[in-house]
Amino acid sequence: MNQPTKTTYQLPIGPIHPALKEPVLFEFEIDGEQIIDVRVSLGYVHRGIEWAGRRRNPIQVLYLAERICGICSYCHPMTFALAVERLADIEVPEHAQYVRVIHGELERICSHILWAGVAAHEIGFDSVLFLTWGLREKLLDLTEYLVGNRITKGITMIGGVRRDITPEMHPRIKESLDFIKGQCEKLRRILLEDKTVKMRSQGCGILTKEEALKLGAVGPTARASGVKIDVRLDQSYFAYGDLDFEYITPDILTGRVNGDVYDRIIVRLLEINQSISLIEQCLTQMPPGPIVSEPKITKLLADLKKINNEGIGRMEAPRGEVFHYVKMTANEYIYAWKVRAPTYANIMPWVPMLKNQQIADIPIVAASTDPCMSCTNRVIVIENKKSHSLDKEELHQRSIEKTRRLLT
Amino acid sequence: MRFTMLPQVIAQLFKKPFTNKFPAKYTPSSTRQFMENVAKGTIHINPPVITPEHFRGKIRYDKEKCIGCKLCLQVCPSEAIEFKEEEKKIKIFLARCTFCAQCNDICPVSCLSMSDEFLLADTNKYSKDLIVE
Repeated sequence: MNQPTKTTYQLPIGPIHPALKEPVLFEFEIDGEQIIDVRVSLGYVHRGIEWAGRRRNPIQVLYLAERICGICSYCHPMTFALAVERLADIEVPEHAQYVRVIHGELERICSHILWAGVAAHEIGFDSVLFLTWGLREKLLDLTEYLVGNRITKGITMIGGVRRDITPEMHPRIKESLDFIKGQCEKLRRILLEDKTVKMRSQGCGILTKEEALKLGAVGPTARASGVKIDVRLDQSYFAYGDLDFEYITPDILTGRVNGDVYDRIIVRLLEINQSISLIEQCLTQMPPGPIVSEPKITKLLADLKKINNEGIGRMEAPRGEVFHYVKMTANEYIYAWKVRAPTYANIMPWVPMLKNQQIADIPIVAASTDPCMSCTNRVIVIENKKSHSLDKEELHQRSIEKTRRLLT
Repeated sequence: MRFTMLPQVIAQLFKKPFTNKFPAKYTPSSTRQFMENVAKGTIHINPPVITPEHFRGKIRYDKEKCIGCKLCLQVCPSEAIEFKEEEKKIKIFLARCTFCAQCNDICPVSCLSMSDEFLLADTNKYSKDLIVE
């Protein structure tokens, strides 16, 4: 009796799983506690938003884009507006550019603070989760004060913004930012100096610089691996060209780049401080002026109706680069719209990150890229157009193949 | 440091909770009974946190001012507005409304505005409270 023994087994996690907050399916090849291989499959929350967008004019699409993601409810409509402004050659007033930066950075702070809490929750450090939600509440109060509502800001307009930030609002913004600054210092001490956090995150989920470049990682995930990539600096949009800031990589704080989960925590916490400084710079430098290039929406719609062109919009969302493609063909409705959310680029880096890790590290490694599946699922591919019609012979053949696979 | 969060957690024990207990301090044993009592006026609900200045709540519609230009229908992202041909007035279905206030911006006679009313939960999407006309 000399039968070959199988040393690995398969472990599916997802699409709905308590350890993962997002509908994504991982198929792990496990040897004991070690992960040997990972397969990621997506497509569980495809909603057909782009198709719905083809029956709407650009102004209606703004609110549809806002609903692509709850946390990035500002960067998606803004990127769409950037694309439309590019295709229609609309110049945005300077004052509006600064207002746009302030809202973008506010969203980044909210998102990173929320992420820090979720990451702590994934390793069982729930008291930090509540601390971060307390901080986020202050920021949502500020958002509410600036735009009227807490999450869906509804502030984007093609050619500008819908609500102004007047000098009377500055003291309230500064007061909130000072509070956040003090609290973030505390949060940084708690997360980065705690022994438990260090034990769980250092040397865990490593993504090397080469692999980050090869797999096209974006945003904080790439920057934590030492890749200097940031759309705000690489392709200056809004008022970022006038502001003073640098690429955030973990070596600023620790002096070296490991590319592990700990580095991703460092990058995000440093970016909170960077965003606060950017908002402060905006408040001092903001010139007075109009908030929108064309206040008459009816005229704007009539102008857009005549345009036959295509354009792209790129923006640094809290999770990385978000990309929108829009085409208009001298029609009331948009002809084509394509969205690429940052998580899409951060899916492949999961594979090297998760390999040779332990099962218990899956949640924190998966959460460390801040994945958002609802934003990502844009396309469903049906292979060879016959994935639903398997005939008898083929099924039998597959069955034999699977038996062989299991035996070896 | 071994337990960095410990001082914060202990301090938190002696702080007043931040949460505003709306609409009742404790969950009532019967929600229906609670609602009936509120309607009768025997008990009062805990007031909600005050909404901000530019809050986008239930739409207010000034029917007299409306000229029936149909511009709001053009920009409504969720197609929540219906045009009544014979009257030349509009009808807004709040069950579909996304509260973006785009119709307020485009209205040439400013007959639409946003109120601060946000308690709009209902079991019937065509109920009287959810239709503005």
